[in-house]
Amino acid sequence: MITDSRHPYIVALAAIIWRESLRFIHQRTRFIAALVRPLIWLLVFAAGFRSILGVSITPPYETYITYETYIVPGLIAMIQLFNGMQSSLALVYDREMGSMRLLLTSPLPRSYLLLAKLAAGTVISLFQVYAFLLIAELTVIDIPAAGWFALAPVLIVSGLMLGAIGLALSATIRQLENFAGIMNFVIFPMFFLSSALYPLWRMRESSELIFWICTMNPFTYAVELLRHALYLKLNTQGLIITSTCLVLIFAFAVWRYNASWRSPRQRTGEISKKE
Amino acid sequence: MQSPNGIEVRNLSFSYSGKPALTDATFQARAGKFTGLLGPNGAGKSTLLSLLTGLLGGCGGEISIDGIDTYKHPCQALGRVGIVFQQSALDLDLTLEQNMIYGAALRGWWGKDARQKITQVLELMNIAEQRRAKVRELNGGHRRRLEIARALVHQPAVLILDEPTVGLDIQTRNELVAHVHQLTTSENITVLWASHLVDEIHESDDLVILHKGRVRSAGPVTQLLQQHSCPTVLSLFERLTCADQKLVN
Repeated sequence: MITDSRHPYIVALAAIIWRESLRFIHQRTRFIAALVRPLIWLLVFAAGFRSILGVSITPPYETYITYETYIVPGLIAMIQLFNGMQSSLALVYDREMGSMRLLLTSPLPRSYLLLAKLAAGTVISLFQVYAFLLIAELTVIDIPAAGWFALAPVLIVSGLMLGAIGLALSATIRQLENFAGIMNFVIFPMFFLSSALYPLWRMRESSELIFWICTMNPFTYAVELLRHALYLKLNTQGLIITSTCLVLIFAFAVWRYNASWRSPRQRTGEISKKE
Repeated sequence: MQSPNGIEVRNLSFSYSGKPALTDATFQARAGKFTGLLGPNGAGKSTLLSLLTGLLGGCGGEISIDGIDTYKHPCQALGRVGIVFQQSALDLDLTLEQNMIYGAALRGWWGKDARQKITQVLELMNIAEQRRAKVRELNGGHRRRLEIARALVHQPAVLILDEPTVGLDIQTRNELVAHVHQLTTSENITVLWASHLVDEIHESDDLVILHKGRVRSAGPVTQLLQQHSCPTVLSLFERLTCADQKLVN
Protein backbone atom coordinates (compact mmCIF):
# COMPACT_ATOMS: atom_id res chain seq x y z
CA MET A 1 0.00 0.00 0.00
CA ILE A 2 1.20 3.52 -0.74
CA THR A 3 1.66 5.53 2.39
CA ASP A 4 4.71 7.61 1.60
CA SER A 5 2.96 10.54 -0.01
CA ARG A 6 4.35 13.60 1.70
CA HIS A 7 1.60 16.03 0.93
CA PRO A 8 -1.68 14.15 0.57
CA TYR A 9 -3.66 17.27 1.49
CA ILE A 10 -2.00 19.43 -1.14
CA VAL A 11 -2.21 16.67 -3.74
CA ALA A 12 -5.94 16.16 -3.11
CA LEU A 13 -6.57 19.93 -3.24
CA ALA A 14 -4.64 20.20 -6.52
CA ALA A 15 -6.56 17.24 -7.94
CA ILE A 16 -9.95 18.65 -7.03
CA ILE A 17 -9.07 22.04 -8.54
CA TRP A 18 -7.66 20.29 -11.63
CA ARG A 19 -10.82 18.20 -12.07
CA GLU A 20 -13.14 21.18 -11.65
CA SER A 21 -11.05 23.18 -14.14
CA LEU A 22 -11.23 20.34 -16.67
CA ARG A 23 -14.98 20.17 -16.24
CA PHE A 24 -15.21 23.91 -16.66
CA ILE A 25 -13.14 23.80 -19.86
CA HIS A 26 -15.41 21.09 -21.22
CA GLN A 27 -18.48 23.17 -20.43
CA ARG A 28 -17.86 26.11 -22.75
CA THR A 29 -21.48 27.21 -22.60
CA ARG A 30 -21.11 27.63 -18.83
CA PHE A 31 -18.24 30.06 -19.39
CA ILE A 32 -20.15 31.97 -22.06
CA ALA A 33 -23.26 32.14 -19.86
CA ALA A 34 -21.16 33.34 -16.94
CA LEU A 35 -19.92 36.22 -19.10
CA VAL A 36 -23.09 37.07 -20.99
CA ARG A 37 -25.21 37.51 -17.85
CA PRO A 38 -23.16 40.33 -16.25
CA LEU A 39 -22.34 41.86 -19.62
CA ILE A 40 -26.03 42.30 -20.38
CA TRP A 41 -26.41 44.07 -17.05
CA LEU A 42 -23.39 46.21 -17.75
CA LEU A 43 -23.88 47.05 -21.41
CA VAL A 44 -27.67 47.09 -21.66
CA PHE A 45 -29.24 47.60 -18.25
CA ALA A 46 -26.67 50.11 -17.01
CA ALA A 47 -26.73 52.05 -20.28
CA GLY A 48 -30.49 52.37 -20.02
CA PHE A 49 -30.49 53.37 -16.37
CA ARG A 50 -27.46 55.67 -16.22
CA SER A 51 -29.57 58.77 -16.81
CA ILE A 52 -32.28 57.72 -14.37
CA LEU A 53 -30.17 56.46 -11.46
CA GLY A 54 -27.74 59.13 -10.36
CA VAL A 55 -24.92 58.07 -8.07
CA SER A 56 -23.45 60.72 -5.84
CA ILE A 57 -19.91 60.60 -4.53
CA THR A 58 -19.74 57.67 -2.13
CA PRO A 59 -16.67 55.84 -0.85
CA PRO A 60 -14.46 54.49 -2.33
CA TYR A 61 -15.14 56.83 -5.26
CA GLU A 62 -13.59 60.28 -5.00
CA THR A 63 -15.50 61.83 -7.84
CA TYR A 64 -18.73 61.40 -9.74
CA ILE A 65 -18.82 58.09 -11.55
CA THR A 66 -20.94 56.56 -14.25
CA TYR A 67 -23.59 54.04 -13.32
CA GLU A 68 -21.63 51.37 -15.23
CA THR A 69 -18.65 51.95 -12.96
CA TYR A 70 -20.88 51.68 -9.91
CA ILE A 71 -22.43 48.32 -10.75
CA VAL A 72 -19.24 46.50 -11.81
CA PRO A 73 -18.36 45.25 -8.27
CA GLY A 74 -21.93 44.02 -7.84
CA LEU A 75 -21.69 42.16 -11.14
CA ILE A 76 -18.39 40.61 -10.07
CA ALA A 77 -20.09 39.33 -6.92
CA MET A 78 -23.00 38.14 -9.04
CA ILE A 79 -20.58 36.07 -11.17
CA GLN A 80 -19.17 34.52 -8.01
CA LEU A 81 -22.61 33.88 -6.55
CA PHE A 82 -23.81 32.15 -9.73
CA ASN A 83 -20.60 30.19 -9.92
CA GLY A 84 -20.95 29.10 -6.28
CA MET A 85 -24.49 27.94 -6.97
CA GLN A 86 -23.41 26.07 -10.10
CA SER A 87 -20.58 24.33 -8.26
CA SER A 88 -23.03 23.27 -5.62
CA LEU A 89 -25.52 22.13 -8.23
CA ALA A 90 -22.69 19.94 -9.55
CA LEU A 91 -22.23 18.60 -6.02
CA VAL A 92 -25.90 17.66 -5.79
CA TYR A 93 -25.62 16.04 -9.23
CA ASP A 94 -22.49 14.14 -8.18
CA ARG A 95 -24.25 12.97 -5.05
CA GLU A 96 -27.27 11.75 -7.02
CA MET A 97 -25.11 10.08 -9.67
CA GLY A 98 -22.84 8.42 -7.13
CA SER A 99 -19.52 10.06 -8.00
CA MET A 100 -19.56 11.95 -4.69
CA ARG A 101 -18.85 8.63 -3.00
CA LEU A 102 -15.36 8.57 -4.46
CA LEU A 103 -14.62 11.87 -2.75
CA LEU A 104 -16.24 10.93 0.55
CA THR A 105 -14.38 7.64 0.83
CA SER A 106 -10.96 9.16 0.27
CA PRO A 107 -8.75 9.00 3.36
CA LEU A 108 -8.95 12.68 4.22
CA PRO A 109 -11.23 14.55 6.63
CA ARG A 110 -14.57 15.36 5.07
CA SER A 111 -14.34 19.01 6.12
CA TYR A 112 -11.07 19.32 4.21
CA LEU A 113 -12.54 17.72 1.09
CA LEU A 114 -15.47 20.13 1.16
CA LEU A 115 -13.09 23.05 1.64
CA ALA A 116 -11.10 21.82 -1.36
CA LYS A 117 -14.33 21.70 -3.39
CA LEU A 118 -15.06 25.26 -2.31
CA ALA A 119 -11.55 26.36 -3.25
CA ALA A 120 -11.90 24.75 -6.68
CA GLY A 121 -15.13 26.64 -7.31
CA THR A 122 -13.44 29.88 -6.28
CA VAL A 123 -10.56 29.31 -8.69
CA ILE A 124 -13.07 28.84 -11.51
CA SER A 125 -14.79 32.08 -10.51
CA LEU A 126 -11.47 33.96 -10.77
CA PHE A 127 -11.21 33.07 -14.46
CA GLN A 128 -14.76 34.25 -15.05
CA VAL A 129 -14.33 37.51 -13.14
CA TYR A 130 -11.10 38.51 -14.86
CA ALA A 131 -12.54 37.69 -18.30
CA PHE A 132 -15.54 39.88 -17.45
CA LEU A 133 -13.33 42.69 -16.16
CA LEU A 134 -11.24 42.59 -19.31
CA ILE A 135 -14.31 43.08 -21.49
CA ALA A 136 -15.62 45.78 -19.12
CA GLU A 137 -12.30 47.60 -19.26
CA LEU A 138 -12.23 47.44 -23.04
CA THR A 139 -15.77 48.77 -23.37
CA VAL A 140 -17.18 51.02 -20.66
CA ILE A 141 -15.15 51.40 -17.49
CA ASP A 142 -11.66 52.30 -16.36
CA ILE A 143 -10.09 50.25 -13.58
CA PRO A 144 -6.80 51.34 -11.94
CA ALA A 145 -4.00 48.98 -13.03
CA ALA A 146 -3.14 48.11 -9.40
CA GLY A 147 -6.82 47.40 -8.75
CA TRP A 148 -6.56 44.27 -10.88
CA PHE A 149 -4.02 42.84 -8.45
CA ALA A 150 -5.60 44.21 -5.28
CA LEU A 151 -8.82 42.51 -6.28
CA ALA A 152 -7.39 38.97 -6.33
CA PRO A 153 -7.16 38.25 -2.55
CA VAL A 154 -10.53 39.84 -1.97
CA LEU A 155 -12.04 37.74 -4.75
CA ILE A 156 -10.81 34.63 -2.94
CA VAL A 157 -12.56 35.65 0.30
CA SER A 158 -15.80 36.67 -1.41
CA GLY A 159 -15.69 33.64 -3.73
CA LEU A 160 -15.28 31.26 -0.80
CA MET A 161 -18.09 32.92 1.13
CA LEU A 162 -20.52 32.93 -1.78
CA GLY A 163 -19.50 29.39 -2.68
CA ALA A 164 -20.10 28.34 0.95
CA ILE A 165 -23.71 29.52 0.64
CA GLY A 166 -24.16 27.16 -2.31
CA LEU A 167 -22.40 24.38 -0.41
CA ALA A 168 -24.73 24.84 2.56
CA LEU A 169 -27.71 24.72 0.22
CA SER A 170 -26.43 21.57 -1.48
CA ALA A 171 -26.03 19.94 1.94
CA THR A 172 -29.60 20.79 2.83
CA ILE A 173 -31.34 20.01 -0.44
CA ARG A 174 -31.57 16.35 -1.27
CA GLN A 175 -32.96 16.41 -4.81
CA LEU A 176 -31.58 17.95 -7.94
CA GLU A 177 -34.90 19.30 -9.17
CA ASN A 178 -35.48 21.19 -5.89
CA PHE A 179 -32.12 22.86 -6.18
CA ALA A 180 -32.97 24.86 -9.30
CA GLY A 181 -36.04 26.33 -7.59
CA ILE A 182 -34.15 27.25 -4.45
CA MET A 183 -31.50 29.02 -6.52
CA ASN A 184 -34.13 31.51 -7.66
CA PHE A 185 -35.13 32.15 -4.07
CA VAL A 186 -31.52 32.76 -3.09
CA ILE A 187 -29.70 34.38 -5.98
CA PHE A 188 -32.18 37.07 -6.94
CA PRO A 189 -33.13 38.22 -3.43
CA MET A 190 -29.45 38.30 -2.45
CA PHE A 191 -28.55 40.30 -5.53
CA PHE A 192 -31.40 42.80 -5.46
CA LEU A 193 -31.41 43.28 -1.68
CA SER A 194 -27.83 44.51 -1.65
CA SER A 195 -25.71 47.46 -2.72
CA ALA A 196 -24.92 45.77 -6.05
CA LEU A 197 -27.23 47.92 -8.19
CA TYR A 198 -27.84 50.99 -6.03
CA PRO A 199 -26.19 52.56 -2.98
CA LEU A 200 -27.83 51.71 0.33
CA TRP A 201 -28.63 55.36 1.08
CA ARG A 202 -30.91 55.32 -1.93
CA MET A 203 -32.64 52.25 -0.52
CA ARG A 204 -33.09 54.01 2.79
CA GLU A 205 -34.80 56.94 1.06
CA SER A 206 -37.37 54.51 -0.31
CA SER A 207 -37.83 52.09 2.55
CA GLU A 208 -36.23 51.76 5.96
CA LEU A 209 -37.23 48.08 6.08
CA ILE A 210 -35.56 47.20 2.78
CA PHE A 211 -32.50 49.17 3.82
CA TRP A 212 -32.37 47.14 7.04
CA ILE A 213 -32.70 43.87 5.10
CA CYS A 214 -29.89 44.97 2.77
CA THR A 215 -27.62 45.62 5.74
CA MET A 216 -28.32 42.07 6.98
CA ASN A 217 -27.36 40.58 3.61
CA PRO A 218 -23.77 39.21 3.53
CA PHE A 219 -23.76 39.76 -0.23
CA THR A 220 -23.82 43.53 0.43
CA TYR A 221 -20.55 43.29 2.36
CA ALA A 222 -18.92 41.12 -0.29
CA VAL A 223 -19.87 43.73 -2.91
CA GLU A 224 -18.48 46.59 -0.81
CA LEU A 225 -15.29 44.65 -0.14
CA LEU A 226 -14.80 44.16 -3.88
CA ARG A 227 -15.75 47.78 -4.67
CA HIS A 228 -13.12 49.15 -2.31
CA ALA A 229 -10.43 46.68 -3.43
CA LEU A 230 -10.87 47.73 -7.07
CA TYR A 231 -9.87 51.24 -6.00
CA LEU A 232 -7.07 50.06 -3.71
CA LYS A 233 -8.92 50.55 -0.46
CA LEU A 234 -9.68 48.07 2.28
CA ASN A 235 -13.23 47.87 3.54
CA THR A 236 -12.54 46.49 7.02
CA GLN A 237 -16.19 46.02 7.89
CA GLY A 238 -16.77 44.16 4.63
CA LEU A 239 -13.74 41.94 5.22
CA ILE A 240 -14.74 41.05 8.78
CA ILE A 241 -18.36 40.31 7.95
CA THR A 242 -17.54 38.38 4.77
CA SER A 243 -14.88 36.30 6.55
CA THR A 244 -17.14 35.62 9.53
CA CYS A 245 -20.00 34.59 7.25
CA LEU A 246 -17.58 32.32 5.36
CA VAL A 247 -16.56 30.51 8.56
CA LEU A 248 -20.11 30.19 9.91
CA ILE A 249 -21.73 29.10 6.65
CA PHE A 250 -18.95 26.65 5.86
CA ALA A 251 -19.16 25.16 9.38
CA PHE A 252 -22.90 24.74 8.88
CA ALA A 253 -22.36 23.03 5.51
CA VAL A 254 -19.79 20.63 6.99
CA TRP A 255 -22.11 19.84 9.88
CA ARG A 256 -24.97 19.14 7.47
CA TYR A 257 -22.80 16.95 5.22
CA ASN A 258 -21.48 14.97 8.18
CA ALA A 259 -24.98 14.58 9.58
CA SER A 260 -26.48 13.38 6.33
CA TRP A 261 -23.67 11.06 5.24
CA ARG A 262 -22.17 9.64 8.38
CA SER A 263 -25.22 9.26 10.54
CA PRO A 264 -28.51 7.88 9.29
CA ARG A 265 -30.39 9.82 11.98
CA GLN A 266 -30.84 12.81 9.76
CA ARG A 267 -31.29 10.93 6.55
CA THR A 268 -33.18 7.76 7.09
CA GLY A 269 -33.74 6.98 10.68
CA GLU A 270 -32.31 6.41 14.06
CA ILE A 271 -29.35 4.38 15.12
CA SER A 272 -29.67 1.08 16.83
CA LYS A 273 -26.93 0.92 19.44
CA LYS A 274 -25.68 -2.53 20.17
CA GLU A 275 -24.51 -3.20 23.68
CA MET B 1 1.82 -6.00 0.87
CA GLN B 2 -0.35 -8.88 2.05
CA SER B 3 -2.35 -7.87 5.07
CA PRO B 4 -2.12 -10.21 8.05
CA ASN B 5 -5.59 -9.11 9.08
CA GLY B 6 -7.92 -8.62 6.11
CA ILE B 7 -11.34 -7.41 7.29
CA GLU B 8 -12.78 -8.21 10.68
CA VAL B 9 -16.38 -7.40 11.55
CA ARG B 10 -17.63 -8.05 15.07
CA ASN B 11 -21.19 -7.72 16.38
CA LEU B 12 -22.15 -5.10 13.85
CA SER B 13 -25.70 -3.81 14.11
CA PHE B 14 -27.41 -1.02 12.27
CA SER B 15 -30.97 0.11 11.69
CA TYR B 16 -32.89 2.64 9.62
CA SER B 17 -35.77 4.32 11.45
CA GLY B 18 -35.74 1.54 14.00
CA LYS B 19 -35.95 -1.09 11.27
CA PRO B 20 -32.92 -3.37 11.60
CA ALA B 21 -30.80 -3.58 8.46
CA LEU B 22 -27.96 -5.49 10.07
CA THR B 23 -28.06 -7.50 13.28
CA ASP B 24 -25.04 -8.72 15.18
CA ALA B 25 -23.01 -9.42 12.04
CA THR B 26 -19.68 -11.10 12.72
CA PHE B 27 -17.31 -12.47 10.12
CA GLN B 28 -13.79 -12.24 8.79
CA ALA B 29 -12.51 -11.74 5.25
CA ARG B 30 -9.13 -13.42 5.42
CA ALA B 31 -6.06 -11.63 4.11
CA GLY B 32 -5.16 -12.43 0.52
CA LYS B 33 -8.37 -14.36 -0.05
CA PHE B 34 -11.45 -13.78 -2.19
CA THR B 35 -14.46 -13.57 0.12
CA GLY B 36 -17.89 -13.58 -1.45
CA LEU B 37 -20.61 -11.72 0.43
CA LEU B 38 -23.73 -13.41 -0.85
CA GLY B 39 -27.23 -12.32 -0.08
CA PRO B 40 -30.51 -11.73 -1.85
CA ASN B 41 -31.64 -8.19 -2.61
CA GLY B 42 -32.31 -6.31 0.61
CA ALA B 43 -30.15 -8.66 2.70
CA GLY B 44 -28.09 -5.73 4.02
CA LYS B 45 -25.03 -6.05 1.76
CA SER B 46 -24.92 -2.40 0.69
CA THR B 47 -25.51 -1.24 4.27
CA LEU B 48 -22.65 -3.42 5.43
CA LEU B 49 -20.33 -2.08 2.73
CA SER B 50 -21.37 1.52 3.49
CA LEU B 51 -20.40 0.91 7.10
CA LEU B 52 -17.09 -0.63 6.06
CA THR B 53 -16.26 2.35 3.85
CA GLY B 54 -17.39 5.04 6.28
CA LEU B 55 -20.32 6.25 4.17
CA LEU B 56 -22.54 5.34 7.09
CA GLY B 57 -21.54 5.65 10.69
CA GLY B 58 -22.89 5.45 14.18
CA CYS B 59 -23.41 1.71 14.25
CA GLY B 60 -22.84 -0.71 17.09
CA GLY B 61 -20.04 -3.24 16.92
CA GLU B 62 -16.49 -3.15 15.60
CA ILE B 63 -14.86 -3.08 12.19
CA SER B 64 -11.18 -3.42 11.55
CA ILE B 65 -9.55 -3.20 8.14
CA ASP B 66 -6.01 -4.43 7.79
CA GLY B 67 -5.78 -4.33 11.57
CA ILE B 68 -7.00 -0.73 11.86
CA ASP B 69 -10.14 0.16 13.78
CA THR B 70 -12.33 2.10 11.33
CA TYR B 71 -14.01 4.16 14.06
CA LYS B 72 -10.85 5.18 15.85
CA HIS B 73 -8.77 5.80 12.71
CA PRO B 74 -11.20 6.20 9.79
CA CYS B 75 -8.79 8.00 7.44
CA GLN B 76 -5.99 5.51 8.06
CA ALA B 77 -8.36 2.59 7.51
CA LEU B 78 -9.77 4.10 4.30
CA GLY B 79 -6.21 4.52 3.03
CA ARG B 80 -5.92 0.72 3.01
CA VAL B 81 -9.06 0.18 0.96
CA GLY B 82 -9.91 0.26 -2.73
CA ILE B 83 -13.64 0.56 -3.35
CA VAL B 84 -15.82 -0.24 -6.36
CA PHE B 85 -19.34 1.04 -5.82
CA GLN B 86 -22.49 -0.54 -7.15
CA GLN B 87 -23.42 2.80 -8.72
CA SER B 88 -20.75 4.08 -11.11
CA ALA B 89 -18.58 6.82 -9.63
CA LEU B 90 -16.78 7.76 -12.86
CA ASP B 91 -16.65 11.18 -14.45
CA LEU B 92 -18.04 10.50 -17.93
CA ASP B 93 -16.54 13.59 -19.56
CA LEU B 94 -13.00 12.83 -18.47
CA THR B 95 -10.75 10.28 -20.13
CA LEU B 96 -9.82 6.98 -18.50
CA GLU B 97 -6.43 8.39 -17.64
CA GLN B 98 -7.88 11.57 -16.14
CA ASN B 99 -10.28 9.54 -14.00
CA MET B 100 -7.33 7.47 -12.82
CA ILE B 101 -5.21 10.53 -12.03
CA TYR B 102 -8.07 12.03 -10.03
CA GLY B 103 -8.66 8.80 -8.10
CA ALA B 104 -4.94 8.40 -7.33
CA ALA B 105 -4.62 12.02 -6.20
CA LEU B 106 -7.52 11.71 -3.78
CA ARG B 107 -5.42 9.01 -2.17
CA GLY B 108 -2.46 11.40 -2.00
CA TRP B 109 -0.64 10.11 -5.06
CA TRP B 110 0.50 12.34 -7.89
CA GLY B 111 3.31 12.74 -10.43
CA LYS B 112 5.60 10.30 -12.16
CA ASP B 113 5.12 7.39 -9.75
CA ALA B 114 1.36 7.74 -9.99
CA ARG B 115 1.48 7.79 -13.80
CA GLN B 116 3.60 4.63 -13.85
CA LYS B 117 1.22 2.84 -11.53
CA ILE B 118 -1.76 4.04 -13.57
CA THR B 119 -0.24 2.54 -16.71
CA GLN B 120 0.45 -0.67 -14.82
CA VAL B 121 -3.09 -1.13 -13.49
CA LEU B 122 -4.69 -0.12 -16.78
CA GLU B 123 -2.60 -2.85 -18.42
CA LEU B 124 -3.54 -5.25 -15.65
CA MET B 125 -7.21 -4.60 -16.36
CA ASN B 126 -6.65 -4.76 -20.16
CA ILE B 127 -7.87 -1.22 -20.85
CA ALA B 128 -4.55 0.56 -21.40
CA GLU B 129 -5.24 1.07 -25.10
CA GLN B 130 -8.32 3.16 -24.38
CA ARG B 131 -6.58 5.39 -21.85
CA ARG B 132 -7.19 8.56 -23.86
CA ALA B 133 -10.83 7.76 -24.59
CA LYS B 134 -13.59 9.51 -22.70
CA VAL B 135 -15.42 7.27 -20.26
CA ARG B 136 -18.67 8.16 -22.01
CA GLU B 137 -17.39 6.25 -25.09
CA LEU B 138 -16.74 3.00 -23.13
CA ASN B 139 -19.05 0.04 -22.80
CA GLY B 140 -20.28 -1.18 -19.40
CA GLY B 141 -17.61 -3.86 -19.05
CA HIS B 142 -14.76 -1.46 -19.68
CA ARG B 143 -16.25 1.08 -17.29
CA ARG B 144 -16.30 -1.56 -14.58
CA ARG B 145 -12.73 -2.50 -15.36
CA LEU B 146 -11.77 1.15 -15.08
CA GLU B 147 -13.45 1.41 -11.68
CA ILE B 148 -11.52 -1.62 -10.48
CA ALA B 149 -8.29 -0.21 -11.93
CA ARG B 150 -8.93 3.06 -10.09
CA ALA B 151 -9.57 1.17 -6.87
CA LEU B 152 -6.22 -0.60 -7.28
CA VAL B 153 -4.07 2.38 -8.17
CA HIS B 154 -2.91 3.13 -4.62
CA GLN B 155 -2.06 -0.54 -4.04
CA PRO B 156 -4.67 -1.20 -1.37
CA ALA B 157 -4.48 -4.13 1.00
CA VAL B 158 -8.23 -4.64 0.69
CA LEU B 159 -10.54 -4.37 -2.31
CA ILE B 160 -14.25 -3.99 -1.63
CA LEU B 161 -16.68 -4.42 -4.52
CA ASP B 162 -20.42 -3.87 -4.27
CA GLU B 163 -22.25 -5.89 -6.93
CA PRO B 164 -19.68 -4.99 -9.58
CA THR B 165 -21.22 -7.15 -12.31
CA VAL B 166 -24.67 -5.57 -12.29
CA GLY B 167 -25.75 -4.76 -15.83
CA LEU B 168 -22.96 -6.68 -17.54
CA ASP B 169 -23.44 -9.45 -20.09
CA ILE B 170 -22.49 -13.01 -19.09
CA GLN B 171 -19.18 -13.10 -20.93
CA THR B 172 -17.99 -9.78 -19.52
CA ARG B 173 -19.20 -10.82 -16.08
CA ASN B 174 -17.25 -14.08 -16.20
CA GLU B 175 -14.11 -12.29 -17.39
CA LEU B 176 -14.40 -9.76 -14.60
CA VAL B 177 -14.97 -12.41 -11.93
CA ALA B 178 -11.94 -14.37 -13.18
CA HIS B 179 -9.84 -11.23 -13.28
CA VAL B 180 -10.60 -10.22 -9.70
CA HIS B 181 -9.99 -13.76 -8.49
CA GLN B 182 -6.62 -13.59 -10.18
CA LEU B 183 -5.81 -10.37 -8.32
CA THR B 184 -5.87 -12.17 -4.97
CA THR B 185 -2.95 -14.31 -6.12
CA SER B 186 -1.08 -11.91 -8.40
CA GLU B 187 -1.42 -8.83 -6.15
CA ASN B 188 -2.06 -10.55 -2.80
CA ILE B 189 -5.12 -8.45 -2.21
CA THR B 190 -7.95 -9.24 0.19
CA VAL B 191 -11.17 -9.11 -1.83
CA LEU B 192 -14.66 -8.69 -0.41
CA TRP B 193 -17.08 -9.21 -3.30
CA ALA B 194 -20.74 -8.49 -2.58
CA SER B 195 -23.19 -10.12 -4.95
CA HIS B 196 -26.46 -12.00 -5.20
CA LEU B 197 -25.17 -14.20 -8.01
CA VAL B 198 -23.95 -17.52 -6.61
CA ASP B 199 -21.99 -18.57 -9.68
CA GLU B 200 -19.51 -15.78 -9.03
CA ILE B 201 -18.19 -17.69 -6.02
CA HIS B 202 -15.57 -20.41 -6.56
CA GLU B 203 -14.99 -23.42 -4.35
CA SER B 204 -11.61 -22.12 -3.27
CA ASP B 205 -13.14 -18.88 -1.95
CA ASP B 206 -14.39 -17.86 1.43
CA LEU B 207 -18.06 -17.09 1.77
CA VAL B 208 -20.33 -15.00 3.96
CA ILE B 209 -24.06 -15.54 3.49
CA LEU B 210 -26.16 -12.63 4.62
CA HIS B 211 -29.93 -12.80 4.84
CA LYS B 212 -32.36 -10.35 6.40
CA GLY B 213 -29.49 -8.49 8.01
CA ARG B 214 -27.99 -11.53 9.71
CA VAL B 215 -24.89 -13.55 8.85
CA ARG B 216 -26.29 -17.03 8.25
CA SER B 217 -22.95 -18.68 7.68
CA ALA B 218 -19.33 -17.70 7.14
CA GLY B 219 -16.11 -19.51 6.33
CA PRO B 220 -14.30 -21.30 3.50
CA VAL B 221 -16.72 -22.57 0.85
CA THR B 222 -15.55 -26.19 1.07
CA GLN B 223 -15.96 -26.17 4.83
CA LEU B 224 -19.46 -24.65 4.62
CA LEU B 225 -20.56 -27.17 1.99
CA GLN B 226 -19.40 -30.01 4.21
CA GLN B 227 -20.89 -28.50 7.34
CA HIS B 228 -24.34 -28.06 5.76
CA SER B 229 -24.13 -31.21 3.60
CA CYS B 230 -24.73 -29.27 0.41
CA PRO B 231 -23.20 -30.27 -2.94
CA THR B 232 -23.04 -26.75 -4.42
CA VAL B 233 -22.91 -23.13 -3.38
CA LEU B 234 -26.34 -22.68 -4.96
CA SER B 235 -27.93 -25.36 -2.79
CA LEU B 236 -26.17 -23.97 0.27
CA PHE B 237 -27.45 -20.51 -0.51
CA GLU B 238 -30.97 -21.81 -1.03
CA ARG B 239 -30.90 -23.70 2.23
CA LEU B 240 -29.70 -20.70 4.23
CA THR B 241 -31.96 -18.10 2.66
CA CYS B 242 -35.69 -18.16 2.03
CA ALA B 243 -36.88 -21.15 0.08
CA ASP B 244 -39.02 -18.91 -2.08
CA GLN B 245 -36.07 -16.64 -2.86
CA LYS B 246 -35.76 -16.56 -6.61
CA LEU B 247 -32.15 -16.61 -7.60
CA VAL B 248 -30.74 -14.89 -10.59
CA ASN B 249 -28.45 -17.53 -11.82
